[in-house]
Amino acid sequence: MPDPKPSAQPVEFAPWVDPKAAPLISFRGVTKRFGDFTAIDNLYLDIFQREFFALLGPSGCGKTTLMRMLAGFENATEGTILLEGQNIGAVPPNKRAVNMMFQSYALFPHLTVWDNIAFGLKRSDMPKDQIPARVEDMLRLVQMQKFAKRKPHQISGGQRQRVALARSLAKAPKLLLLDEPLGALDKKLREETQFELMEIQEKTGTTFVIVTHDQEEAMTVASRIAVMDHGKLIQVDTPPVIYEAPKSVYVADFLGDVTVIEGRANRVGDIYEVSWAEGQPPLRCASPLTLAPDQSCFVAVRPEKVEIHADRPEDENVLQGKIVDIGYLGNLSTYHVQLANGQIIKAQNFNTERDTRRRFTWEEDVWVNWTVRCAILLER
Amino acid sequence: MKRFSFFSAVSLTLGFAFLYVPMLILIIFSFNESKLVTVWAGFSTKWYVSLLHNEAFLDAAWVTLRVAVFSSTIATVLGTMAAYVLVRQGRFAGRTLFSGMIYAPLVMPEVITGLSLLLLFIAVGVDRGIFTIVLAHTTFSMCYVSVVVSSRLATFDRSVEEAALDLGAEPFDAFRSVTLPIIAPAVISGWLLAFTLSLDDLVIASFTAGPSSTTLPIKIFSSVRLGVSPEINALSTLMIGIVTVGVISVSIMTKRSATRQARDERAAIQG
Repeated sequence: MPDPKPSAQPVEFAPWVDPKAAPLISFRGVTKRFGDFTAIDNLYLDIFQREFFALLGPSGCGKTTLMRMLAGFENATEGTILLEGQNIGAVPPNKRAVNMMFQSYALFPHLTVWDNIAFGLKRSDMPKDQIPARVEDMLRLVQMQKFAKRKPHQISGGQRQRVALARSLAKAPKLLLLDEPLGALDKKLREETQFELMEIQEKTGTTFVIVTHDQEEAMTVASRIAVMDHGKLIQVDTPPVIYEAPKSVYVADFLGDVTVIEGRANRVGDIYEVSWAEGQPPLRCASPLTLAPDQSCFVAVRPEKVEIHADRPEDENVLQGKIVDIGYLGNLSTYHVQLANGQIIKAQNFNTERDTRRRFTWEEDVWVNWTVRCAILLER
Repeated sequence: MKRFSFFSAVSLTLGFAFLYVPMLILIIFSFNESKLVTVWAGFSTKWYVSLLHNEAFLDAAWVTLRVAVFSSTIATVLGTMAAYVLVRQGRFAGRTLFSGMIYAPLVMPEVITGLSLLLLFIAVGVDRGIFTIVLAHTTFSMCYVSVVVSSRLATFDRSVEEAALDLGAEPFDAFRSVTLPIIAPAVISGWLLAFTLSLDDLVIASFTAGPSSTTLPIKIFSSVRLGVSPEINALSTLMIGIVTVGVISVSIMTKRSATRQARDERAAIQG
């Protein structure tokens, strides 16, 4: 659907840096316990209007519980959740201006696609004569007009996903929750649908909160990502910040591939030098952190930032090693380079030329290096 | 098609003979001309005709039918409610005890159930009649309904109900407009089960029936003690016929809807 794009350059959308912006949702010291198990641990979080907010984490990290508290299916054990400044703790799910798209889609099997979408509208204060038009709008939004009379079991998985989305958007909620919305789709369809989701989110101006364990999905769709573990927020930032400037080894490792080297940092001029192994040169690393002399730390390097050479380059952070493994992915190749002390450095090269012979091969002696700005220094 | 081996043919014949020879004999003798049940004297339908004029049997049939319809309907409502709470409410104090207690009447000897109900009715001072049989049948068939419905609810995707709540339905509305239509087949089979149980119950009905409320099984049992009449054969044949037609039509209905669903799903995959 080609939409007329606004001619003026849109102002960068970042309400979370604006101290005057009022959040749509606000978690204030929220804790949720199930018996002895703490699912959410004293959590503070603001989510703003029109955001596409992703909750990312391994299973059991509390992301689904957080979402179910927003929908009203779980109550916080401690703390308050505000929606537009109102405490919604006591509001039952059917009275909240929040709708949810379920992981299983949860379509009503005995109702047609049309009736599924109309279900919520019939229970709202929308006048009866306006419901058909709204349902048609929703069907058009997800391109399901032709299937209005079908039952859920008569359409494909991708189509069910669209119906579930249309049904949850029909009441124009202030907040839409998406629980692993694309989990059941195959990879190709999932990628297409990610862009459609973003388009629909922009078109409707609804605030989306998505729960996912797929980091690529979160990176693609989200305005901000919250990485969770054990009921706590580890880091909340925009996708580029969370990828390029993770605040912990956990986050660096959870999003994308990374080589982590442990060592001790000392400041030399405006750069840290990290000595990490006998007989290996110290790693030079630019960092905004303030570390004590000889403080133990981690250096994290993304494979695509590591260059691989046949001859020793004249540069910083040069290490010599041998290729022990090659992962060929078509568009790029990942090399595992083992140094003399056993440390493995991952390096990634784009295969920009159409050549089936590889530039480097197994057991080849190579040099790897990265610049001082490319490595991330992390406190222990 | 695979040919039957001698062994399978024999075992199949034996098994089915064991099940159906008694009924077959009953059906054959219901068309017997003779008044003697065990002596064949030619084909006749006269016992069916005389059955139609036997006021006592017709009354008993009418009582049985009313009792079965009322008790199975009440049992279905109560059993579904109990199953819903036990499956849905999550953990609450005494849940295990309650779910165990709801199934206890399944294994309770009928004589004990009947006797305890009789004592209760006497203690409360209720006159025994159709009303007390309905109550008694509801009591023992309700747990069967509850078993059938709760096994369906256990496999039911809870998020469908949550979706209804999420879209603004009140809890009862969500149950009525989403849960109930989905579990309807289980509720209907629960009702049918309760209906058949009530239809052929003799023990509990004999404890709780009054003089004016003889059910068909009681009537048959008491007449047989005075000697088996061909009329009873005819009546039993009719009951077998009704049950057979019911079972066959239910299974055809189930099979048809399953094939339809499979065909629709194939169509959906093909686009």
